[in-house]
Parts: sequence; structure tokens; C-alpha cells
Amino acid sequence: MEKIGLKSPVSKEVYLVKEALKVAKEIGYPVIVRPAYTLGGTGGGAAFNQKELEETAYRGIKSSRIGQVLIEQSLIGWKEYELEVMRDLKDNVVVICSIENFDPMGIHTGDSITVAPAQTLTDREYQTMRDASIKIIREIGVETGGSNIQFAIHPKTGEMLVIEMNPRVSRSSALASKATGFPIAKIATKLAVGLTLDEIPNDITKKTPASFEPTIDYVVVKIPRWAFEKFPKADKLLTTQMKSVGEAMAIGRNFEEAFQKAIRSLEIGRFGLETSQKEEGCSLKEIRQVLKTPHFKRIFFIKTAFKKGMSVKEIADLTKIDPWFLEKMKNIVEMEKKIKKYSLKTFPKNLFFEAKTMGFSDKQLSNLLKEDELRVRKERKAKRINPVYKLVDTCGAEFEAQTPYFYSTYEREDEVKVGSKKKIMIIGSGPNRIGQGIEFDYCCVHAALSAKEEGYEAIMVNSNPETVSTDYEIVDKLYFEPLTFEDILNIAEKEKPKGVIIQFGGQTPINLCRDLEKNGVRILGIPTWAIDIAEDRDKFYKFAERFKILMPEHGIAHNQKQALKIAKKIGYPIIIRPSYVLGGAKMEIIYQEKDLMEKLGEAFGLWDGKPVLIDKFLDNAKETEIDAIFDGKTLLVGGVMEHIEEAGVHSGDAACVTPPYSLKNKEVAKMLEYAEKIAKQLKIIGAFNIQFAVRNGDVYILEVNPRASRTLPYLSKATGFPLAKIATKVILGRKLKEMGFKQGILKVPKFAVKEVVLPFDKLEGDIILGPEMKSTGEVMGIDEKFENAFYKAELAAGNKLPLKGNVFISIREDIDPRELANLFHSNRFKLFATRGTAGRIRAAKIPVKIVPKVSEPEKPNILDYISEKKIDLIINLASGKGTKTDGYRIRRAAIDYKIPYITTIPPALAAVKAISSQLKNSNLKVHPLRKSNYNKNMTK
Amino acid sequence: MKAVLLLEDGTIIEGKGFGAESKISGEIVFATGMTGYVESLTDPSYAGQILMFTYPLIGNYGVTKDDYESAGIKTEGVVVREACSKPSNWRSEMTLDKFLRDYKKPGIYGVDTRSLTKKIRTFGTMKAILQTYRGKINLENLKKEIKKQKALSDLDLVEGVSVKNIKKFEAKEGKYKIVLIDCGVKMSIVKNLLKRGVNTTLVPYNTKAEKILSYKPNAVLISNGPGDPARLVETISEVKKLIGKIPIYGICLGHQIIALALGAKTYKLKFGHRGLNQPVKDLKSGRVFISTQNHGYTVLPRGLEKTGLKITQINLNDKTIEGLENKRLKIKTVQYHPEANPGPHDTNFFFDSIVNDLN
Repeated sequence: MEKIGLKSPVSKEVYLVKEALKVAKEIGYPVIVRPAYTLGGTGGGAAFNQKELEETAYRGIKSSRIGQVLIEQSLIGWKEYELEVMRDLKDNVVVICSIENFDPMGIHTGDSITVAPAQTLTDREYQTMRDASIKIIREIGVETGGSNIQFAIHPKTGEMLVIEMNPRVSRSSALASKATGFPIAKIATKLAVGLTLDEIPNDITKKTPASFEPTIDYVVVKIPRWAFEKFPKADKLLTTQMKSVGEAMAIGRNFEEAFQKAIRSLEIGRFGLETSQKEEGCSLKEIRQVLKTPHFKRIFFIKTAFKKGMSVKEIADLTKIDPWFLEKMKNIVEMEKKIKKYSLKTFPKNLFFEAKTMGFSDKQLSNLLKEDELRVRKERKAKRINPVYKLVDTCGAEFEAQTPYFYSTYEREDEVKVGSKKKIMIIGSGPNRIGQGIEFDYCCVHAALSAKEEGYEAIMVNSNPETVSTDYEIVDKLYFEPLTFEDILNIAEKEKPKGVIIQFGGQTPINLCRDLEKNGVRILGIPTWAIDIAEDRDKFYKFAERFKILMPEHGIAHNQKQALKIAKKIGYPIIIRPSYVLGGAKMEIIYQEKDLMEKLGEAFGLWDGKPVLIDKFLDNAKETEIDAIFDGKTLLVGGVMEHIEEAGVHSGDAACVTPPYSLKNKEVAKMLEYAEKIAKQLKIIGAFNIQFAVRNGDVYILEVNPRASRTLPYLSKATGFPLAKIATKVILGRKLKEMGFKQGILKVPKFAVKEVVLPFDKLEGDIILGPEMKSTGEVMGIDEKFENAFYKAELAAGNKLPLKGNVFISIREDIDPRELANLFHSNRFKLFATRGTAGRIRAAKIPVKIVPKVSEPEKPNILDYISEKKIDLIINLASGKGTKTDGYRIRRAAIDYKIPYITTIPPALAAVKAISSQLKNSNLKVHPLRKSNYNKNMTK
Repeated sequence: MKAVLLLEDGTIIEGKGFGAESKISGEIVFATGMTGYVESLTDPSYAGQILMFTYPLIGNYGVTKDDYESAGIKTEGVVVREACSKPSNWRSEMTLDKFLRDYKKPGIYGVDTRSLTKKIRTFGTMKAILQTYRGKINLENLKKEIKKQKALSDLDLVEGVSVKNIKKFEAKEGKYKIVLIDCGVKMSIVKNLLKRGVNTTLVPYNTKAEKILSYKPNAVLISNGPGDPARLVETISEVKKLIGKIPIYGICLGHQIIALALGAKTYKLKFGHRGLNQPVKDLKSGRVFISTQNHGYTVLPRGLEKTGLKITQINLNDKTIEGLENKRLKIKTVQYHPEANPGPHDTNFFFDSIVNDLN
């Protein structure tokens, strides 16, 4: 950077407090102290003056393993920008998009609300940044392709620093591609094979070349989605460590509109800039505190601050957010005040329209006007206030565009042309979150392709910029819109599709389909009454009883007394959950009455007095699931998946294998019998998923998902058949038989193991798996042998199982460690264990070394062993609350020091078998997916 | 304050008014840059025109005098989707509204600018009247007025924006001297010359050739400016006299004037090029540059061979001429704006090449 005349933040490594003070004097306060070799930056922090630095530097040097700290120029409160740049072999460079972060420096850009294009830079400043980016991409030597360059700008002086350069396509590139309509990765690939920008036509205009800089005539806002509700122990403050799991993007003609659309796109129960009672109940003092430290809900606290009369200046001082953004937020608050003066009857048309132009949703208005959403909608339409759809065209309307990529706004002209072809609308899965990720996007993409193959015009609605479904090339028409009742119904009323497919977008479309149907939208595939039965546990219990389907014993409690009675009747352990919540949220396994009492106090408080569902927990049962397609006559089962973890671990967090390796034919036959019965009785057309528990030869149904499940893509790859495509064709009226499928299970040519990826290294908290899903991704391993498939899956998940070395085992008392110990021992591992576990292992005459627990006084203890990397594999099972601290610290250390760990027995056994198989023959083979099946066009 | 925008095809657009309470007429054009409204509004090439920005949020970063391209607003009026009343930038001195009021120019906001842009793209630039008002106005009168309104091509706009007397700018260590014929020059052109050690003498657009030569410059540069180049008969005939006697350079309108002086023809584009993202290809090197453009007229390629001019650069969007050259006559011109402001600096090298030639 220096060589090309650009500045970066100044920093220097020091070993002494004295040196730290000297460096700070040179670069000026505040400075950031970053200790070397500590995890998560422990011991560091900002120092605003000499006194603070003396303390922080001392603490930092002490906590660093090598006694070193980095003293860095602080960029607290600086503004952050990003530029997406592309270069070709002829050295032509173009800037695709400028992005301004709503949040100041110090928050990871993945955790920042970001806005495109940059809003508060004059042309002169923007061009300085552009010049710098071009110099950087040349100097770094990115010959072809895209780069992302990040800048910090001092808000008072305009001083510009280069923060980061990613010489590759980044997360922001994906956002920039969707924001501008310029497909960065696609063009980068063409540049890589030697084409130059002027040789590639602009995808959208077709007539002009890609050697230009997109100019847009709208505002794009991206808001990250966090999953802190799943990680109650994680620190909810935003830092330089990214913590969000997904994001939503929205497009509007002004900031307010894009911002509010983005908020409702998040699907967090807020339909615009709406605050909760909890936030509103905060005192000014509390709010000031929250604003000072960037909390993931800060925008809602900012709104509360405005409502309580805080000024833009004060909020800007506290948050370091540019006043430009705060003024826009204030506009929303002011508008809300105006709206509240009216009832729906007296609400004037011009104000109604103005509110809509600022992105207020009908739902939000209904809350403000104290009216039902449908009546707001009716009144809006009566007043002829309807959304119009504008085109994303890369060129600010300068040229005619060919691409059907639309967003809604409230203005004069509607650019959508509704064709006469029969249309199928597909509702996407919205922002990635835990439990609903890209698996569903895969399904939506395949549904769209399949609908096109069947001769329909495929219309996609989605709000997630990280998806393929929002690539305008995939579908015939793309609406980049929030997935809410209002936004989807607006499109459906405009396009009048033959039907809407809701099976592939996960829970989002399922939650909307009843209201859509009530308002005249035809839902394809499965009747909504059947969805009700599948989703409402109470109704499902009755359904199961009626059709003689075995379920674990259960009951519904409306109060504590009832709950205790039910629990006593069915016996512990039990699973409790609030009625009508999905994805395992708030589900818990209870082992004893005492815990139930405690939980219920919490539960009834938390769940607004809604009934609590109690199921018998089948401990030590095997859990399995199937994905199947039903066309009214034939049942095609994509595969039976056997979980490697025992029952009790959320199916989304469990590793699984298909074909099953330990199920009996009789058990599988029972599953198929149940599946057919359910499909027939619920009149399912298309894909569905059933989860089972198998214990002592009995097959119990745990859950029915009346939609394509998370595992459908995995099974598609395992079997080589595009199941989402097949299901779509069935939904559109084709029969399985005519596509060449017979009743029964598709053959899986090899073992396919799915393993999950967990975000524990990014989010603090315990790493035990339970009924609440926590994983953010998954991988698959395929092999002729189960052990090798498992080994491959672990490898892909980042858990490189050691083939030799030291294994540490700590297992709660009621579980026998001997089989496991023996297997490790016979594979020449050295065994280490806590005192109790070691005793039980020694009883089997297996040598083992005792390692003190953290709570024991002797040193070195297990944490020392881990931090010194003396342990190669950790097997640690939670053992209730008593030893929680010990177990927790061991598991946490495993994560922090990146040592492979396993927290339940069956995977540990699978692991050691996989290791053993590797030791015998370490030659892992690559197996092609069966391409012939996969790409087969099912219509032929 | 209310505002109305009337187009010659009868389209009436009602919106809200900002800036001065006033009535103006002009040719409505659109510009696609997402930044640079201050530079554009003060660009004399926009004289006679009502400027519409396709980017919907204008005024976000306020107004900084340092960014002016001339002493005040030169466009007749402004059309935007939203005019920011609470700007934020460390250099900002005032709001867009105040800026317009200071120069007594009207603006309209709350317009579906995208829809209007598409109309202009389809039907071409049009005559328009913009009026900001309180109370009521008579639309019928406006409709009558627009019928009588002269088209841009019938207006002599350059004399209104050119200097009246010569003006000298000394570079820090001036090595060369250029006479810059001011047809409505952007100050960035002067700044780019001074930065490269070129003393610059700004002369009125109708200065006689002998007078220009009497300053003994190393070269002559003809600036950008507003309107139809073919109307500048005086300038064209003086340039004719200069050709062959001294190196001549031209930017935008200057480029067109030189082409006309050599016998080429110009014609009006349907809706012009106005933006900061226009790709220009250099035919010799094959390189592509992103340029700032602001022109409604262009040089006709047909018949160009007779003039001795060679096309050096073209616009990749519509293949129109972006650069001309005649080595023998020491003529070099560009249709785009190498001085940028607003826009990318990619083509700044045009000024380097002038200095190189003078070496």
C-alpha cells in the first residue's frame, strides 16, 4: 500500500508496556491492544489514554502466550466502505458496486447492515476510492477476476485508509451481483479463460458490453440474520468476529423503503422497523448503554431512542452511525407518529400512499391503526394504492433491458408485463438461518427448472442474496421481495399463476400458505388442512390414533399440575415443547420431575400460556427418517436414513447414513407402510418427510414434515435421482409410473454419510447437541464402505480424525466406555481419561492414563493437555448439571484449540471404526455421482 | 411548494417543488451518475437543459463550493425522485435546496424518474417547462407556452456561458501556454492543465484566430459547452483559420467544432450520453476506459474520410465516435470528458498526451 501511495492502519508489535506507550504516542490515541496468540482476542481492548494503555497493555502482554501485543491505530467510529472491482487480461478495470456500511468500523462487514450504492460520499471522494481500488488490484496483481477492497473513512476529516483486500470473489460480491444485476462470478470466470470485458455482452441489456460500470436507480439494503436464540450463552455484541448465519436483501426506491423491506424479509416477526415491548420498556439510561455497544438488535433500540426523544446527534455520538442513516430512521419514526393519529377509516389517502412509499407494510400499518391486516389491505386496494414493479437493469434505464428481475415499490409506472403462458410461482426460503439453509434453495431451484421443463413460466419470489434461486437466469421471472403474506399475495394477484408451490422453501412458505389460500391463491401439492394436521401436534396425535400409527406416549398440558400428572403417567425422560413451534425450537429433554417443575415455570411464562406438549422420550432408540414422493397412487421413497446419533439429537444436527446399516427389513417395511398410509390419508402430492424412532423392534413416528425436507438434496446426490425435480413434476400432475418409477425405495449404489457443520468456533456456549438444532451446514461422504464414507464426511466437515496418538475419554457413569476404549486401544491409540472413566476402562484391563479434571487441584490438568496439543481426539459426554463446568470447559477447549471432538457414543464408535478402516487401507477413492440419472430429463 | 413538469408531448407530471419558486423552460435530459450532482449542476454544458437524475436520492452529501465546475448552477432546473434535506458529509456546506435557491433555480421532486427516463429513452429528449409554485397555476397557459418554446437546437447558449474577456491562469511552474477557447468550460479542464504546468489563457468563444495566435500559445484547446455545435458559425470559421498553424485539441463541444471546421457533419442523438460509466475503446491499443460523458450531439462518421480525421476511439455502447485525430495537422480531440468531475479519472491521460505533444 505504501508503495502505491495509500495508507493502512498503523500498527506495531511490542513486548513491553514502555514500548506500547511509545508506539501509542507515535500513532495517537485511541489505540487497540491485540495480544498475540490468545483466542478470541482475550486480554485485548481499546485504550483511550496513557493510563488505560498501561493497564490494557500489561494485561495483554500477560495473557499472550509469547508475551507480545500488537498496538494498532484505532478506527473506532470511522466509516466503512467496500468496492467490488474487476480486471481483465488487457488491464481494463471496472468498479461493479460501491457499498456503504450502515455500521461503523469495528463490526465485521458480514455482521453489518450494508447499503448499495455508497450514499454519503461526494463524487470526488468516491473517485479517490475508485482510483485507490484500481491501483490496489493492479499492485496486488489480480490479473483477471474480481476483488473486494475495504476502506475506512474518518467521518470528520475524510482521511482514507485501506483496511482489507480480498483478491477473490467474496460474500460482498454475491451481494453486489444481486444488487446491481451484474453477475460478478460468471463474468470473472469468462475473464479467467481469457475473454476481455468488452468481448462479453452485458447479460441484462444484451446489446451493450460488460465493460462498463453498473449504475442503479434504487437503493439496496442488506441486513444480517443472527441465530442467537439458539445460542443463549453466546455474546450478542457485534465485533470483528462474524456471527450472523444469513442475510436478507431488499430493494427500494428510497432508503426507508429498502430498509423496512429488508427488516420484514428477515422473518423475525417484525414487519418493518417495529419495536418489541421489551425494547420500549427500556429506560433512556439502558438505551444509551445498548447504543454504545453494538448489539445485534441495535436498530430497534435506535428506534426506541427516537421515540423517547433522543436526538440524531446524540444517537450518532453513541453509535457512530452516520447521521444520514439516522435521519432516515427518524423519518420512519415521524411517519409512524403521524399514522397513529388516525384509524383505518380516517386514514387519508395521501398519507397512506406516503407510508407505503416509505416501506410500511400492511401488517405494520394494521398494528399502528389497530386494525386487522386484511382490512388494511382491502382499504388500501379500495384507495387504489397498489405496488408497482420496477426492473433491475444495471444501467439506470438508459438502455432497454431483457432481464426479468423485479422489485416492488410505490410509484407511477409498473414495468411488469404479464404474459399469457401458464405460470407456476415458487416461494423461496428467505434468509439462511439455522434449520433453513441452502438445502431449500437447492430444492427451489430444481422446482423452477422442473416447472420450466413442464412448459410453465416459472416465477420465483425470494429475499436471500446468497442463493441461486435469485439468479435471474434460473427462472423466467424473478421477484426479489420479502416473503410475507402481503408481498407474495401482491405478486400472485398480478401474475395470476396456475398455482403456487410451497413445498420447497422450508417452513417459510408453509407458514404462509393458509392465508394465501384463503385469499384465492391456489396452493399446489398438499391440502392446507393436511398441513394443519401434520404441524399441529394435538391434531396429529388424534390422526395417528385414528389410523393406528404408533407414536411415543404423549399428552397436552394446559397447566403445571396437568403437566406433572402426564409426566408421571408416561414416565421420565420426557420431551417438552410449546405447541405449534417448529424446527425443534424450545424443545427440551427432561429427566426428572424437579427439572420439569423448573422448566414449566419458565415455559408457561415464555410461551404466553399456550399448552405444552409432552412426549415420552425414547432414550437409546435409533432415529431414522425417510424422504418420499407420493403422486396419489405410487409411493417413491428416496431413501431411508439412519441417524448415527441416538434419538434426542435434532435430526438437522445428527450425522446420518443411507442405506441404513443396522435396521431390520421388518422395521423398514413398517416405515414404508406408515408413510403410505399418511400420504394417502393426508392426500399429499409431492415430497414429504417422516421421522421415526426405532426401539426394540417397534417403529414410532416422531414427526411428519408435509414438505421437502433438508435431506432431499443429500438423498438426490446419494441416489443420483433429482428428487426435487421429480416431486415438482408430480405436483404438476405427472405420475411416477409414467416417469419410470416403481413403488418402493430407490436404490443407493454406495454408502452416503451426511455430517453437519457446527458454528461453535464462532459462537461461544456449550457444544452439546440436543433437540434444538444448531448446525449451519452439512457435508457428505460417499464410499462403498460405511466406515470410509464416514471418514470422508468427517474430513469434509473439518473434523480430521487422527490415525494415531492420544485420545481422551470422559464419559458419564451410566454409559459403558469399554467397547470404545478397547477399539481405540487395539488401534494403538494411547488412552487418557478422567478418574472415573479411567477406573471403568482399567477394569477391562486396558491401559489408560488418568488426567485431572479442571475442578481437581492437580496440574497439569486436562486443559493443559489440550492447550499443549497433547490430545488428538476428545470424546466427552455431558453428564447432567453436576459436572457441567468440567465438561463444558473441556468441550470449549476442544473447539478453541481446534481438536476433533465427539459428544455422543454412537458417532465415537463410528469414528474409531472409520479410523481402523483407514489404518488398514488409507486409499480413499473418488466415486462419481451417477450422472446419467441426475441429469435425466424426466419428461422423456 | 408544488411543482409541475410539462413535456412537449403533453405529459404532465405533478410533484413537489424545491429550490426557487420560478418557471423555466428547457430541454429535458437524464444523467445516470450516482454521484456528482454538484459538478453536473454547475457544468455549463447543461445550459438550456432541465437535468433529471436517474439515481433516486440526490443531495445526500450536501453541496460543497469546492466542487463547482463554474460559478453557480448552469442547468435551468432539476428533476429528482427525492431531494435530501438532511445531508451528511464532512465537506458539506449547504443543502441542495439552498443551493438551488441561491441560484434561483427550481426543482421538482417526487417524480417517477425511472418512468420518465424510459419515456425519454424511447421518444428522445423533449422540450419541457418546469414551474414551482404555491397556490394554483393554469396548465392550459403552460401548454400554449411550450408550443412556442424554441428547441435546444434553435438556441445560442454558448454566449451565455463563455467568458466575456480573456482570463489568464498561471501554473506553478508553467512551461507551456495554451489558449483555451471557452464555450462553457468546466474548471476541471483548467485545473488539469495547470496541474501539468500549462499556463492557460481563457478566451471568449468568438475570439478571432489572429488574436489567439498573437498570444503565442503552444497549442489551442477548445472546451466543452452547451447546445448544437453547428450553430457556432463564428467559432468554427476561426478554428478553420487556426488549423495547420498550431496544434489544436478539443473536448466534447470542442471536438465537434473541430470536426465541423474540417468539413465533417454532426447530428443529434436521440437522448444523448450523460453518465459516468460510458465505455470508450481505444482502437489502437484495444483498451477500454470508463469515461464521463455529457453530450447530445455527435460527429457523423459518414464522410469523415474527406476531412483527414481518423477515428481513434469509439463508444462501446452505440459505437459512436469518441476520439478523432489528424497527425499531420496536429489535431487531437475527444468527445468525452477526460477532466472527469464528476466521474472516473481513467481518461485523465488525455491531458498528459497534450503535454507530451508539446514537449
